[in-house]
Amino acid sequence: MRLYESVFIARQDISTTQVEAMADEFAGIITAAGGTIHKREYWGLRSLAYRIKKNRKGHYIMFNMETNSEALKEYERIMGLNEDVLRFLNIRIEEVEEGPSIIMQAKSERPTRGPRDSDGDDAPARSFDADTSAPEAEAAPEATTADESSEG
Amino acid sequence: MTQLEIKREAVRKPFSRRRKSCPFSGPNAPAIDYKDTKTLGRYTSERGKIVPSRISAVSAKKQRELATAIKRSRFLALMPYVTS
Repeated sequence: MRLYESVFIARQDISTTQVEAMADEFAGIITAAGGTIHKREYWGLRSLAYRIKKNRKGHYIMFNMETNSEALKEYERIMGLNEDVLRFLNIRIEEVEEGPSIIMQAKSERPTRGPRDSDGDDAPARSFDADTSAPEAEAAPEATTADESSEG
Repeated sequence: MTQLEIKREAVRKPFSRRRKSCPFSGPNAPAIDYKDTKTLGRYTSERGKIVPSRISAVSAKKQRELATAIKRSRFLALMPYVTS
């Protein structure tokens, strides 16, 4: 028995109750084979970063489970056959992390933040420049002409 | 004369620049998780490419972890492969 983390994406145009039913079915495969589900999370209908089979959104479900390899193989086979499942990823983990995953934390934070701020989200690429420019700023006072001559 | 001296110092200075340490090493460093798109997004370019460790100063070991995390994140459509 090993610990696994499993995430699957269900098609956007099925209802939440159907998604829950699907998740129950998949969880059933694991529990029927003697495994246990340690954690189950529904991340909601999230927009996908790119289109998968013409879908722009998908229902995300995550499981943390303890099972053997045969049951996992069966679980993957059933998922592969199910046409409502766009994609799934099962990975081995060393331990089940406590509390809700980072996505659930982010979801619970959002309502308190009020209207979506644009400056909070544009950070990704630009924050790097801010980081790397810091040491340059330190060196600058001693040799201002240095940068041009060395980098040119 | 003075100009010459400045030039000489200029050549030496860049090498004394302090190397930034790895943001994922040491105590209370964030864990690398493929679900944490906010952190991972900091290590991709605007186009969605993974930033090389020589620029981000991530250690080689952590860069490997980071790369797999980003790739997993992309596979689950949490992050884009490309943004045009």
